Amino acid sequence: MNALLQLHHQVGTYLILAAFLLATGIFGLIRRRTLIGMLIAGELIFAAAALNCMALNRFAAPNPAVGQIFVLFILGLAAAEVAIALSIILAVYRNYRSIHSTELSELKG
Amino acid sequence: MNVLAVAPAFPFADYLIAGIFLFFVAATVAGALIAACAKRIIRGVSGLALCSIGIAGLYYYLNSPFLALMQILIYVGAVCVVIVFGVMLSEPDEPLSAREQRKPYPVFGLLLAAVVTAAIFAGVSRVGLDTAWPKAAAADAAWKVEALGESLLSTYSLAFELISLVLLVAILGALAIARGGRDKE
Repeated sequence: MNALLQLHHQVGTYLILAAFLLATGIFGLIRRRTLIGMLIAGELIFAAAALNCMALNRFAAPNPAVGQIFVLFILGLAAAEVAIALSIILAVYRNYRSIHSTELSELKG
Repeated sequence: MNVLAVAPAFPFADYLIAGIFLFFVAATVAGALIAACAKRIIRGVSGLALCSIGIAGLYYYLNSPFLALMQILIYVGAVCVVIVFGVMLSEPDEPLSAREQRKPYPVFGLLLAAVVTAAIFAGVSRVGLDTAWPKAAAADAAWKVEALGESLLSTYSLAFELISLVLLVAILGALAIARGGRDKE
């Protein structure tokens, strides 16, 4: 019971959670058949990286501002990535009438 | 600014703090599972929103209320809404094509993905647990949002400017691709 009470003071909890987020993101990236589903899985991977940075920043870094600014940078990059990826998805949909990854195979030999 | 260290003399304050932490952990895990495995894509987006709220709570426990706010603002408020617009403008939920229905071993791919994923999870969490991270608890004053803002505008001003430039270029590129696009002859 005491260990459960101290769970949020341990770096291992956050690192395992980040590993779990990374794993689910990669699972979704493999299993999803549409581009939007893969984009959502990619967002999970971004979140995993940010959580990892933040956990090590809290427990192992001497200057806490660095990690927070880095995570802010990751959040901004994720937002930019979503904007670009969705516009590409819309362009693909307009041309192919589908965003299924199996049907976008024009370059396949 | 250790927001959690100054818990007042409230009865069962420790249990309350641990319970809320477990709630956020559960929200993160459940949201991630929904986002990766839900059949309909709109449920996946909702799962991503739930997961983001959980992660925002974890940021609060990691001493950074500012990032918790930013996480909710950017992920739930912007990213998820934009993805919902993408879902509306394209049709991600279509019946399986005939070629996919003829796949000989549908379970095999799922198993392979699960094994790869479990291996990644086990490896990464083992590295995280086995490494002896140096203990360097920063002074509480360094966690203040004022300190963050000051270093954002002095030491790390280049990163601050670069991220706005990246966002500007991303918005322009998104507009250029999504409006005109390239015609398929």
